[in-house]
Amino acid sequence: MEIVRAKDVVYEYIRRDDEGNIVGITKAVDHVNLGINKGDFVAILGHNGSGKSTLAKHFNAIFLPEEGTVWVDGMDTSDEEHLWDIRQSAGMVFQNPDNQIIAQVVEEDVGFGPENIGVPTEEIWKRVEESLKAVGMYEFRKYSPNKLSGGQKQRISIAGVLAMKPKCIVLDEPTAMLDPKGRKEVLEAVHELNKKEGVTVILITHYMEEVIDADKVFVMDGGQVVMQGTPKQVFSLVDELKELRLDVPQVTLLAYELKKRGINLPDGILTTEELVQNLRGI
Amino acid sequence: MSLIVDHISYTYDAKSGIPVVGLDDVSLVIPDGQFIGVIGHTGSGKSTLMQHLNGLLKATSGTIYYNGEDIYEKGFDLKKLRSKVGLVFQYPEHQLFAETVFADVCYGPTNLGLSKKECELRAYDALKKVGFPDDLIFTSPFELSGGQKRRAAIAGVLAMKPEILILDEPTAGLDPKGRDEILGQIKKLRQEENITVILVSHSMDDVAEYVDRIVVLNHGKVFLDNTPGEVFKCYRELEEIGLSAPQVTYIMHALSESGLKVNPEVTTISEAADEIAAALKRC
Repeated sequence: MEIVRAKDVVYEYIRRDDEGNIVGITKAVDHVNLGINKGDFVAILGHNGSGKSTLAKHFNAIFLPEEGTVWVDGMDTSDEEHLWDIRQSAGMVFQNPDNQIIAQVVEEDVGFGPENIGVPTEEIWKRVEESLKAVGMYEFRKYSPNKLSGGQKQRISIAGVLAMKPKCIVLDEPTAMLDPKGRKEVLEAVHELNKKEGVTVILITHYMEEVIDADKVFVMDGGQVVMQGTPKQVFSLVDELKELRLDVPQVTLLAYELKKRGINLPDGILTTEELVQNLRGI
Repeated sequence: MSLIVDHISYTYDAKSGIPVVGLDDVSLVIPDGQFIGVIGHTGSGKSTLMQHLNGLLKATSGTIYYNGEDIYEKGFDLKKLRSKVGLVFQYPEHQLFAETVFADVCYGPTNLGLSKKECELRAYDALKKVGFPDDLIFTSPFELSGGQKRRAAIAGVLAMKPEILILDEPTAGLDPKGRDEILGQIKKLRQEENITVILVSHSMDDVAEYVDRIVVLNHGKVFLDNTPGEVFKCYRELEEIGLSAPQVTYIMHALSESGLKVNPEVTTISEAADEIAAALKRC
């Protein structure tokens, strides 16, 4: 069962000069076809300007495709009638936690979304509690968000999305501004949601290590999906990824370097344990 | 030229009126030509310390010596210090403002009171040094990609000809290639110009790959100050203060514990590959 389906999606940015004449067109998304299964943890990789954020903004109808169609939970995003249902089905978390938090108290921030769609007060509090517990921030519910670390703020942003009871959550480089601990906290929270609550996760990131546990990886370049597969399949293509301005996890790179030095190892090693096991087998 | 940070502390009043300690008795010697990495969790005092180094913030106690001169002494020319200690803030592209990249980079030297010709020479030179493509020099900075914007912003500081270049997370939000390109350019710059570079970073992998000394801050104090090998040896302590070691460190320790005779202190991929290959040959 698919939660997101994109068919021949095209999205262009049109640049105009002072008089409004068109001076250039950038095809940010160029005939993308993909499907994301319900309950999956999916990662989208791609260099700056490859079109991944533009594509992601189609998954909750921030952008509408100029050509082609996007369906979220069976609803066509171009169909205005479903706009709010779509936004509720697919929540988004962005890079900078400071731009996403609005209230003075953590629990009020998390309750803001459901309040706006007219959820009864009692139900709001229930959702706030559940969401904060799901990201491990319940004990901070009475805090002011500006007293929290970046990782904690980002988890509050995620709880805010969760309180809308989405089926799918899209995270656009949620860890880019965080320190190692914050990064770990956010990723653990996201994995937890995926496993325990069955929320579909679409993670956009520049950190290859964050992708190794994903069910599926899409790689974008020039607005197109140029690779897709399991992390193992994708990260086996070290040279191809480097050509796309990307990288592989350090373990995978080390295994690749060892192979170049004549040591017999399989492709696409993703974890330290795997590498140690394989090396000890030699 | 050297900077000596001598027992500086910095406290500021939070809105509640309770003083908050930003820096707590920090002492550092920053000699010529070093490539220093500064790591620490969010709120550990990294940015506060950097803003002391060019006099943007004034220490509550202690002092800083620039070439032997106390920068807090009356009559010390802070403007000169700021032109010699260049600070590139986080997301520096947010500070681009001029109509063209070239005009933006010229802004700094113009404010130093240099002639137009000298400013333009410096601007062009700085853009070359960060690997900025010639054909984009006269475009609007707002039309550039993320990586190019960041280069333009760094060039703006380089055009001031700093002797110490401080970069606060210069690669945040860039793709892996963009990260390597920017850091590679900085490394080259440092070798060619012999300037001191201080890199504030959340990426342990980047720090391990590029710097020759790491200063670890925790709660405003210097927690560790040593070579990458020595610092990452304490990876358990680093984890306790919200940091980590590069993945290579964990791999090497796991291998060493599994009985393979490798030196767990190497911190870069190529060193690790050499080390493992040699150890396997010995088996």
